Amino acid sequence: MRHIISLLMENEAGALSRVAGLFSSRGYNIESLTVAATEDSTLSRMTLVTTGSDDVIEQITKQLNKLIEVVKVVDLSEGNHIERELMLIKVRAVDNDREEIKRMADIFRGRIIDVTDKSYTIELTGTGSKLDAFVEAMNRTTILETVRTGASGIGRGERILKV
Amino acid sequence: MFNPTYIADIQHLETQESMSAELTGAEITVRCLQEEGVEHIFGYPGGAVLFLYDELFKQDKVRHILVRHEQAAVHAADGYARSSNKIGVALVTSGPGVTNAVTGIATAYMDSIPLVIISGQVPTHAIGLDAFQEVDTVGITRPCVKHNFLVKDVTELAATIKKAFYIASTGRPGPVLVDIPKDVSQQKTKFAYPERITMRSYNPNIRGHAGQIKKAVQLILEARRPMIYTGGGVILSNAAARLTELVRLLRFPCTNTLMGLGGYPATDRQFVGMLGMHGTYEANMAMQHCDVLVAVGARFDDRVIGNPKHFYNPDRKIIHIDIDPSSISKRVKVDVPIVGNVSDVLDELIKLLELRKEKPDQSTLDAWWAQIDSWRERDCLRYDRTSAIIKPQMVVETLYKVTNGDAFITSDVGQHQMWAAQFYKFDQPRRWINSGGLGTMGFGLPSAMGVQMANPGAHVACITGEASIQMCIQELSTCKQYHLPLKIINLNNRYMGMVRQWQEFFHGNRYAESYMDALPDFVKLAESYGHVGMRIEQPGDIEAALQEAFKLKGRLVFMDFVTDQTENVFPMVPGGKGLSEMILV
Ligand SMILES: Cc1cc2nc3c(=O)[nH]c(=O)nc-3n(C[C@H](O)[C@H](O)[C@H](O)COP(=O)(O)OP(=O)(O)OC[C@H]3O[C@@H](n4cnc5c(N)ncnc54)[C@H](O)[C@@H]3O)c2cc1C
Ligand SMILES: Cc1ncc(C[n+]2csc(CCOP(=O)(O)OP(=O)(O)O)c2C)c(N)n1
Ligand SMILES: [Mg+2]
Repeated sequence: MRHIISLLMENEAGALSRVAGLFSSRGYNIESLTVAATEDSTLSRMTLVTTGSDDVIEQITKQLNKLIEVVKVVDLSEGNHIERELMLIKVRAVDNDREEIKRMADIFRGRIIDVTDKSYTIELTGTGSKLDAFVEAMNRTTILETVRTGASGIGRGERILKV
Repeated sequence: MFNPTYIADIQHLETQESMSAELTGAEITVRCLQEEGVEHIFGYPGGAVLFLYDELFKQDKVRHILVRHEQAAVHAADGYARSSNKIGVALVTSGPGVTNAVTGIATAYMDSIPLVIISGQVPTHAIGLDAFQEVDTVGITRPCVKHNFLVKDVTELAATIKKAFYIASTGRPGPVLVDIPKDVSQQKTKFAYPERITMRSYNPNIRGHAGQIKKAVQLILEARRPMIYTGGGVILSNAAARLTELVRLLRFPCTNTLMGLGGYPATDRQFVGMLGMHGTYEANMAMQHCDVLVAVGARFDDRVIGNPKHFYNPDRKIIHIDIDPSSISKRVKVDVPIVGNVSDVLDELIKLLELRKEKPDQSTLDAWWAQIDSWRERDCLRYDRTSAIIKPQMVVETLYKVTNGDAFITSDVGQHQMWAAQFYKFDQPRRWINSGGLGTMGFGLPSAMGVQMANPGAHVACITGEASIQMCIQELSTCKQYHLPLKIINLNNRYMGMVRQWQEFFHGNRYAESYMDALPDFVKLAESYGHVGMRIEQPGDIEAALQEAFKLKGRLVFMDFVTDQTENVFPMVPGGKGLSEMILV
């Protein structure tokens, strides 16, 4: 099953490589990983998307908790949560396609953030599947480049991950 | 509002501060070691640690033991820690010093041994430039340490070392490495050693959950075929006495893992022997067929329970006490997990059991013991005592007798290790020192050096094989320098016996590369290092030779026992098989 795990860790050099190293050395899957400092600059917040059986996910959260620099771990998929991912996509946009692509971007609530004679760069946020759907929809034209951040997640309502 | 004592305190602090000159990173490091009460440090010098060595030279509180290879420095620190409940400390230089140390670090990591390893690093400005003797020490050691640090700023050095000692010795212990670039060991700052440290990200659970402990008590009282299975956690937690109290109170059978030997007295009737791949028939059968299993500081290793599918038994309830949540339900699902320190949890468990005043049904317990005794009658550890060639088992048995069961025994890895575990009856914890998790050949001799350093005057014997001993044989020189009167018991079967045994059982007797050809003359070798060498070829000479060796109080004696080449370790649970599917003699 797919799980989205959030964690807070000390914002120290090397902390990220400990997490990445843990996943590779223990053979856990990792679909995406995003990390940045929080409003408290001593802490980083990481969102990890992984897949595995319940047993494996249990080990993953235990092993993450065991890392000395990790302060807190929560499996967001255990409750209501929101996920967002950002994608920048550059597509070939010439002739009639220009209108069509713009309309499509509007439908997906994307924004065109860079324009040339031959291309658009579109910014889009949403769940992973929404971004997939947009990529699918763009397939008729030529996709020149895509870049995605991987999912970030947060609990709904009063569910808060804080020290 | 005026508070004279308060003001006096501050003044005191101020004068101290103004008086205290700035210290170099190297001075600070040595001061930290002194503050931690470190008496011995095992190491090997090199360019990146020259300032540190200079400071060690200028003082005499911390004694440096010069080994002959960095792997041995870490193994020695490890043996020191295992046999004394102190933190072992090693010091190595950058680059090859560190890579040599890695085997030792991984060995300690797998067996959860508290060590602090200090390594030199190239100067901060040279890091990343492929400088001379540069390796990414933090990167290389990351998967085999509990934690590691690269200190880039001398003002953080003291607090980092404090953290290293704290992390290494608390929770599930383990090795912690502190990498100190050469320029940091030269830079100056004021020194203040923090008394205590708290870390928001690291707070091991000590006391078990009260509700879970209650559940455990209930299960224990209802048990009909109980079994207590204990491991290294009992030793690490200094809980042997507590465990013994509990086992006796309940009259339950008790087994130990290889790492747990000495946690319960091996000569006691309730002890059913070691379990696992080379465990006793009775221990493995009881483990497989029990209905309530109390696992204490043991991690259901693959060498212990064999195939987990075969081990699974829907009628068996498992209680698991461990300080590391990730040890629980890793290979085997448990019913009552208790995260906590063994000695604290056992305390609580005993208290509750005494309060309840009930006892498990004694007649079903008697029936269970009758069953266990019938398994015992199988006499699974028997061997040919009349053999004309020396049987390795007999050497260990005689060693036990000659030392009154009171020696520290280290071992290497192989058949000799298993015979040592099976035939030396450990009644006390921290007496059996071996590499279980990593299975590191070469561990025996250097770890024995550490044991002897920590326990001057004690009998220390290293049971080894002719292949293993050659992996750190250079340490005979260290032993000479520091007058370490170890007794080396070389069970010389001219084979990598453990490998040969697998080839005999599972690879059609094709002994690929497991023959030890061109062996040295160990007697002459020992003599050339300035020690005493003995070769023993007759079973009738075993006891007299051992007596003589232990009479040579100040001397290291290398005893080369020429043993039966074809002897195998029994019982054996073949890889992938279930615990009750043992090959027996
Ligand atoms: C050739 C060879 C053959 C082997 N054959 C066998 C065999 O037949 N039988 C056998 O048993 N082993 C055997 N081993 C050893 C095996 O590989 C494992 O190392 C060993 O079984 C693990 O022991 P353990 O379960 O006690 O765990 P350890 O590795 O000792 O782990 C200790 C456990 O206790 C926990 N712990 C630590 N401190 C505390 C504390 N204060 N409070 C609570 N919990 C704590 C830890 O978290 C960990 O889970 C063999 C090894 C070799 C090299
Ligand atoms: C460093 C290392 N390399 C290889 C092995 C694999 N191995 C396990 S036991 C063994 C043979 C040990 O031979 P010896 O020391 O003579 O002991 P014996 O089994 O003959 O008693 C080997 C090669 C190991 N455990 N460690
Ligand atoms: Mg051998």
